[in-house]
Amino acid sequence: MAAEAKIDPMHQFMIAPIGSDQLAASPFQFTNSALWMLIVLVAIVLFMWGGLKRELVPGRWQAAVEMLTGFLDNVTRQSIGPEGRKYLPWVFTAFVFILASNWIGALPFAVVPGAHPFTVTSQFTVTGTMSIISFAIVLGVGFWKHGLHFFSLFVPHGTPLPLKFVVAPIEFVSFLVRPFSLGLRPFIAMFAGHILLEVFGNFVVQGLNAGGPMGYGVSLLAFLFVIFVNALELLVGAIQAFVFALLTALYINDAVNLH
Amino acid sequence: MPQLSQLGLVYQSQWFWLLLVLGVIYFFVGRGIVPRVESTVDQRDAQIAADLAEAERLRAEADAAEEGWRSRMNAAHAEAQGLTAQAKAAAAEAEGKRIAAADKRLAAKAEEAAQALDAARQSALAEVEAMAAEAAREIVAKLTSAKVDDKAVRAAVAGALSRA
Repeated sequence: MAAEAKIDPMHQFMIAPIGSDQLAASPFQFTNSALWMLIVLVAIVLFMWGGLKRELVPGRWQAAVEMLTGFLDNVTRQSIGPEGRKYLPWVFTAFVFILASNWIGALPFAVVPGAHPFTVTSQFTVTGTMSIISFAIVLGVGFWKHGLHFFSLFVPHGTPLPLKFVVAPIEFVSFLVRPFSLGLRPFIAMFAGHILLEVFGNFVVQGLNAGGPMGYGVSLLAFLFVIFVNALELLVGAIQAFVFALLTALYINDAVNLH
Repeated sequence: MPQLSQLGLVYQSQWFWLLLVLGVIYFFVGRGIVPRVESTVDQRDAQIAADLAEAERLRAEADAAEEGWRSRMNAAHAEAQGLTAQAKAAAAEAEGKRIAAADKRLAAKAEEAAQALDAARQSALAEVEAMAAEAAREIVAKLTSAKVDDKAVRAAVAGALSRA
């Protein structure tokens, strides 16, 4: 493999069918993407299940689970207020799914022969869908609670009348852009990070193949860089999950507590 | 970019599996496990708050008990001091009375003695006067062989004694 030394950083984002030869445009097609979604799901359920001992004095695992739920409860309650608890399940789902996908996708499963790790959140079909769900909640809550008055969201409070005609379209466009930025942010972060990892991982192998002081030097440098990018990738994975959860909570807050 | 080139083939299965997975997380974990974890935390917080309140109550109780004990202690101290003062006063009074009685007795005795002494001195003085008059008369008789009147001698001696 290494002897070919062909860099194809996009290959890791390919969705391949499992159990059949060809991709089919069917919702029930089982793919490697679906497999890794299920792996993420199992990891999340096992983690949360392990924290359900309900002991008065929590052990390490229970404390970790309680810290996670307490953290997200804080995010929703501080962003939305006392009503935030109603929206905790979705904020929790989004945060945990993105975080687990990012981190599981960054684990070096590739050292196991035949294993092809796949980062679910590097697909905009996934992050985009989650963003659409968030905005469906925002719009649903907004129109259900405030009716057509929800459109006053685009007119900031206390704007002088002539300015309102300028500000409202800007606010409207900014609102329209939100679902795209919300969905693209985690996707781009994972996409770019994994391309970097692939490219510099290839440099390590190519440097070793080339040999000589130059080759080994490049290889070592690239190796150090890959370690650094990996650490950064873990950080970015957590930050993106947090940003998605926080922005979802803030957008829901706009709809719940309309000025 | 496979995400775009494969989009037409994969979007259905991506959505299907994603919604399935998110649905399981939302309903089973988000609405099933998370509230139970939260209720555990709430329960623990409530228990800690209750325990703290109980400890505070017990502390107040102990403070009150200590305060009561202290005031009872102070009362007992004050009572004991009062009793001591009373006993001291009574003792001092009795002593004063005894001393006064003894003084009186002693004064009476001293008076008696002084009177006896006075009487003794009077009689001694009278005797001395008589003896002095006798001696004076005899001296005068020997020196002058004059017979002096007893009365005159006595008056002269009394005058000399009173001048001395």
